[in-house]
Amino acid sequence: MAAEKMALAKAINESLRRALDSDPKVLIMGEDVGKLGGVFRVTDGLQKDFGESRVIDTPLAESGIVGTAIGLALRGYRPVVEIQFDGFVFPAYDQIVTQLAKMHARSLGKVKLPVVVRIPYGGGIGAVEHHSESPEALFAHVAGLKIVSPSNPSDAYWMMQQAIQSDDPVIFFEPKRRYWDKAEVNTEAIPGPLHKARVVREGTDLTLAAYGPMVKLCQEVADAAAEEGRNLEVLDLRSVSPLDFDSIQASVEKTRRLVVVHEAPVFFGSGAEIAARITERCFYHLEAPVLRVGGYHAPYPPARLEEEYLPGLDRVLDAVDRALAY
Amino acid sequence: MTVESTAAPKPRRSAGTKSTAGKRTTARKSPGTDPELVQLLTPEGKRVKNAEFDKYVAGITPEELRGLYRDMVLTRRFDAEATSLQRQGELGLWASLLGQEAAQIGSGRATREDDYVFPTYREHGVAWCRGVDPTNLLGMFRGVNNGGWDPNSNNFQLYTIVIGSQTLHATGYAMGIAKDGADSAVIAYFGDGASSQGDVAESFTFSAVYNAPVVFFCQNNQWAISEPTEKQTRVPLYQRAQGFGFPGVRVDGNDVLACLAVTKWALERARSGEGPTLVEAYTYRMGAHTTSDDPSKYRADEEREAWEAKDPILRLRRYLEASNHADEGFFTELETESEALGKRVREAVRAMPDPDHFAIFENVYADGHALVDEERAQFAAYQASFADVEGA
Ligand SMILES: Cc1ncc(C[n+]2csc(CCOP(=O)(O)OP(=O)(O)O)c2C)c(N)n1
Repeated sequence: MAAEKMALAKAINESLRRALDSDPKVLIMGEDVGKLGGVFRVTDGLQKDFGESRVIDTPLAESGIVGTAIGLALRGYRPVVEIQFDGFVFPAYDQIVTQLAKMHARSLGKVKLPVVVRIPYGGGIGAVEHHSESPEALFAHVAGLKIVSPSNPSDAYWMMQQAIQSDDPVIFFEPKRRYWDKAEVNTEAIPGPLHKARVVREGTDLTLAAYGPMVKLCQEVADAAAEEGRNLEVLDLRSVSPLDFDSIQASVEKTRRLVVVHEAPVFFGSGAEIAARITERCFYHLEAPVLRVGGYHAPYPPARLEEEYLPGLDRVLDAVDRALAY
Repeated sequence: MTVESTAAPKPRRSAGTKSTAGKRTTARKSPGTDPELVQLLTPEGKRVKNAEFDKYVAGITPEELRGLYRDMVLTRRFDAEATSLQRQGELGLWASLLGQEAAQIGSGRATREDDYVFPTYREHGVAWCRGVDPTNLLGMFRGVNNGGWDPNSNNFQLYTIVIGSQTLHATGYAMGIAKDGADSAVIAYFGDGASSQGDVAESFTFSAVYNAPVVFFCQNNQWAISEPTEKQTRVPLYQRAQGFGFPGVRVDGNDVLACLAVTKWALERARSGEGPTLVEAYTYRMGAHTTSDDPSKYRADEEREAWEAKDPILRLRRYLEASNHADEGFFTELETESEALGKRVREAVRAMPDPDHFAIFENVYADGHALVDEERAQFAAYQASFADVEGA
């Protein structure tokens, strides 16, 4: 039974299970990952089956979690650590930025740090402060880290396999509001490259580029636009660092318009990097400036305002209209 | 002082690569076993003598005792109301303090008006003692704001969700007090789980080095979501202080009198220039971690039942009754007051307006910022475009 319908959280769970099963060096570490199975139940049942030495409930210390994962990796392990929520990665930010990202280069390539840092991220679930943020740009700015974010269960399954197999540190952003979305996962498929973008919907009039939680929204936008006779292409970028500019370029050369959508603040966000590079690469193809839709330059607001803050159908459609009006 | 020597169990080496389901690889001796703790009231409500700490509650009047009881009852009522409001969908989340009333009221009532409190997200009882209107605590849990009160009007800082962060703020504030030559003190609250954070260790270091007038009040409620205290430490938490060069004491966190006495002692030490103290209030989280949590996944019902026998409110009631410090009328009146508080809280929450959409852009900077202004204007134009459509 290779193909099975499962939720995104379950797909990650199955992927971690497979990794624990096939490689004795793989470890799961984090707060509440054991008996509770994590606050989102992503690691549900893993400690029961693999024991406390493989699935490790850690003290409540994020710097400690990532710092010791680095040490374990130096000793030949492949730790997959869980940060409970996006806003709690910052105590570990120092370890990630000053150590995890740089040791390979500092050792002239002698040291490899195959550490995966899993971070449930993004909003839309009505949570309190620090539980809804999208800090991917803060990590993408740091050389030495790879940053990916799946948008669907199948990618979640396969990208996790690939992240664990990677000899580089990977920050694995999990779109928490999509944890419960179900779709087919073929556990025997041959996955494409981890950092390659994918066209999830072919179109001719404009390209919508997104990753993680915003891919589904962009598909809805394309559906809505189709009713108005517009034919949008939707790209799932899948990886933020490295970014697959070739795929974006190919799409933009076809559609001549690009709107980038992410939840994170627009200012200095990943959309800014995409806009700059695509403008360089496709200047003569573009019929409109690259537009960005994302969060504002404001702290993530309280739950009752997140609908206003987060990109929604109307805001993306508005950007599509503006791009098409040039 | 209560500094017990706990022989640490020998660590076993982790097998590491093999599946060792069911096999323990970490230290198992609970850092909570046989606690030697300061207690002034037994679970049966009997007053016990304590040579060191009795003097801090020696002059307490029956009225003050009834006051502590009232605080605990009303705090519990408020907490229960918030829990049920969450179940009714009026709050997005609630972190209940059920079981921790004595630790919070005892320590909270020990503070002076000019002291400053740095809470985590569960200090509803301390907020009560500081005179923060309980309805103000609900905004962030309802999702209408990220705080909801002016920290300086009651010297009660905003709730801190990132665990442990506020212990450093408390220490810095206390360093400021010392620089100013003032005689107030600071109290920082955190949990047994938070004690593992680097920030907490750093706050211990700073407060010790600068002899800051700060009391670290750790409520060891035995759990950090699903992780028992033994996943954070091998020695009783109060013993940590010793290594940093200041005293630590463990108090029965379900004994409001003992919490009051010990915290008073610690605050007085701070005021008189003797520096920081760590108080570990040994207590229990009777409910779930928050309304999102499911404790049945990780802990046994019997444990809760055992702690119910040590209920902080029942204990004081027994004492009040046995010593004739309160009559039936007091308890019935309090019941009425308690119901009224519940009603007030319920009505206040339901009447709480959703924030204005433009609140997103408010107070991002104290001095203003061109980008925020630009985005606010774009947002306004965008909102207005809908008004046009609706009007047409
Ligand atoms: C830095 C950080 N990491 C993780 C979390 C998620 N989290 C919230 S409360 C909590 C448990 C805290 O336990 P403890 O410190 O014992 O306090 P308690 O909630 O039991 O009062 C965790 C892990 C957080 N808020 N902040």
